Amino acid sequence: MTRKRRRLNVLLLCGLGLGSATALTLTAFQDNLVFFRSPSDIAREAPPPNRAFRLGGLVENGSLQREAGPDGRPAARFRVTDGASTLSVTYAGILPDLFREGQGVVALGTMGPDGSFRASEVLARHDETYMPPEVADALKRSGHWNPAEGGAPPAASWNRLDPETRPARAAGGGSDGG
Amino acid sequence: MIPELGHFALALALALSCAQAAFGLVGPWRGMPRLMAATPPLAAGALLATAVTFGCLMWSFAVNDTSVSNVAQNSHSAKPMLYKLTATWGSHEGSMVLWVLILALCGGAVAGFGRDLPSALKARVLAVLGLVGVGFFAFILGTSNPFDRLWPPPPDGQGLNPVLQDPGLAFHPPLLYLGYVGCAVTFAFAVAALIEGRVDAAWGRWVRPWALAAWSFLTLGIALGSWWAYYELGWGGYWFWDPVENASLLPWLAGCALLHSAVVVEKREALKTWTVFLALLAFGLSLLGTFLVRSGVLNSVHAFASDPTRGVFILGLLMLYVGGGFALFAWRAAAMTPTGVFAPLSREGSLVLNNLLLCSIAAVVLAGTLYPMFADLLLGQKISVGPPFFNTALLPLAVPLIGAMAVGAVLPWKRARLFPALQRLWWAALGGFAALLLCLALEGARIGPALGFAAGAWVVLGALADIADRLALFSRPRAALARALSLPRSAWGGAVAHSGMGVLILGLAGMGLATDRLALLKPGESAELAGYTWQLDGLESAQGPNYSARRASVSVLDEGRLVAALAPEKRSFPVGRATTTEAAIHTSWLSDLYAVLGDERDGAAVLRLHHNPLAPWIWIGAAIMALGGALSLSDRRVRVSAPAPKAVRGGEARA
Repeated sequence: MTRKRRRLNVLLLCGLGLGSATALTLTAFQDNLVFFRSPSDIAREAPPPNRAFRLGGLVENGSLQREAGPDGRPAARFRVTDGASTLSVTYAGILPDLFREGQGVVALGTMGPDGSFRASEVLARHDETYMPPEVADALKRSGHWNPAEGGAPPAASWNRLDPETRPARAAGGGSDGG
Repeated sequence: MIPELGHFALALALALSCAQAAFGLVGPWRGMPRLMAATPPLAAGALLATAVTFGCLMWSFAVNDTSVSNVAQNSHSAKPMLYKLTATWGSHEGSMVLWVLILALCGGAVAGFGRDLPSALKARVLAVLGLVGVGFFAFILGTSNPFDRLWPPPPDGQGLNPVLQDPGLAFHPPLLYLGYVGCAVTFAFAVAALIEGRVDAAWGRWVRPWALAAWSFLTLGIALGSWWAYYELGWGGYWFWDPVENASLLPWLAGCALLHSAVVVEKREALKTWTVFLALLAFGLSLLGTFLVRSGVLNSVHAFASDPTRGVFILGLLMLYVGGGFALFAWRAAAMTPTGVFAPLSREGSLVLNNLLLCSIAAVVLAGTLYPMFADLLLGQKISVGPPFFNTALLPLAVPLIGAMAVGAVLPWKRARLFPALQRLWWAALGGFAALLLCLALEGARIGPALGFAAGAWVVLGALADIADRLALFSRPRAALARALSLPRSAWGGAVAHSGMGVLILGLAGMGLATDRLALLKPGESAELAGYTWQLDGLESAQGPNYSARRASVSVLDEGRLVAALAPEKRSFPVGRATTTEAAIHTSWLSDLYAVLGDERDGAAVLRLHHNPLAPWIWIGAAIMALGGALSLSDRRVRVSAPAPKAVRGGEARA
């Protein structure tokens, strides 16, 4: 084998490696991308069953119920809201330390047959003033926070605001921000 | 006073680094030996100044000087002393000071230990390290001054995030940074070589110990972080493919490829351009990791700094160093004439395969980590990429890598034949097959873990077969001891590191068989898991130094015999109003019994119970890998950096 040919072989091998890595990445992306949905998105367009996605919003105040599941396993049931719509969530497991009513939450799971969200993972990290950016974005899209009017109001108050009272709240948000 | 002294020392370090960079670049360029000779003392001076800075910051934390805003935000007088000291690098500002301290340490080490380096190369390496230092000192002084004063000082600090108050995590950042910054030294060597336009075996010999050290520290740092996640976060998992974890894995993968390709440069003077490229890449990826973690682009426990100016600054530094490095590479790489030619089936051929696969893995991890960010930025889509993506995309790349790992190590240099190599490994293959069958017989049709056990056994036995073969253990057992003593440490190191990887794979396979269950138990009640009876004995309140806790006592019984008493806790810290979950873990080294306390209702407690077979092996494996790196580093030939004569003796022929 000549030197040139060997180098060609090495190049071919590299191409093969990179090509297969790209192909693997793309196929894996196709099946495993996890999209983020807010309760309003789901109300607008029901996601396909058995396809995992992430649900984000605020835990509605007073909605958390702890119960024992059908097999005696402890479960939690709560509602997630982005102001415009709400979705009820069931989760069999230990809620994270920073899970609170009235605060932001992100849950991974699928839609159940009864139209509720079956969470396999609930994420509520960070401190209590933290708002997951996806949740903040969903709230902006649902019209509950206009960043031009000032900083975000305290997270705990967001879910208690319904769209009708929005102008008053927006003014409050503006003064908070100023 | 002390904080101002630290601030002054920081500015002094910046000035010294500027001089170090300027002298080190101009000296060799203009052929001025006095400038070149001035760089090592300047590096020592920068080290001293940075050490003073770090010491001042640590002192401010030790005495809880709340007039320093960094201390006020991250410390509290009620915190144990250890965590007061480790809070020095618990905040963003402090961790950047640690970063530059380690960089200055590396500069000092090159200056102090690099006596045999040609003075021009040494000056240039120090110059590049100085340049990197200038960027980061300017970053600290400009955007994240750790010594900012607060007036009036608050009566007490706000406390460190309780999740971070943990011995494992206290030492995770320093180890990780040692690895990240170690990559800066290989980067400096690569840039210096590009400026000189010359890469030879001697260069490979100087780069390899740095690559090895950086890789070993990264291995330890990542393992410590993963172990911390396992016992502190209480989710029972050890790796979540979190972007921050990936950010540390990426330089590890590149460093792993680098340290293998540096061997080829050293032994065969081949793959030179590629090795230089990898050295640039490894540092680029560690800077990217720093950027991702420090800029607040990602959301995780690490992302406490979400100041956009910082992110932009680090991004600028990343562009400057990596862009500059790669531009220099594009310009100068052609000057480095390739000399080595080799057959595909040889030691160097297998190392090329290793590099190819490791880089493909790194590319997949990089794509999976960055894609959600780009999708958000460009397409406005909120997407996340979770473990299923990484598992499906990486498995097909990991399988050939692991398969070739044992074979590559027994191939001779230059030209090899596959059959004799496989002949040496037949019993490793047999062992792997036995492990597969054993797992299938014991655990039923669990094909994933069974393949994992086969792979782990194959790698461990392959490393043993390699060593046994080199010692001629079976053909001439009487001479084996003498041969063992004369076998170079780097050969031992390689085999030990490979077997460590095998142990790690066994641990991963074991975790594939992990089981868990949730149970709502009243005191006196019990639940069954993995053949054990887990009985809740009682619930009580407890008081810690800066927290109060609820504690459950759980006895794990095996047919009435007490195996372990577990006491999982839920701690609440009044400072910062945070709660943490303390998992209770009992390890028998073959499996972990793991219990987490959830919330309580009507006198009953929610418990999550885990049985994790072989879990400790993951971290033991990583520690063995780092030990292999250390063994390799202690090799006389690595320490004596003068290029050895090329005489090939029997024992070293394949080392």
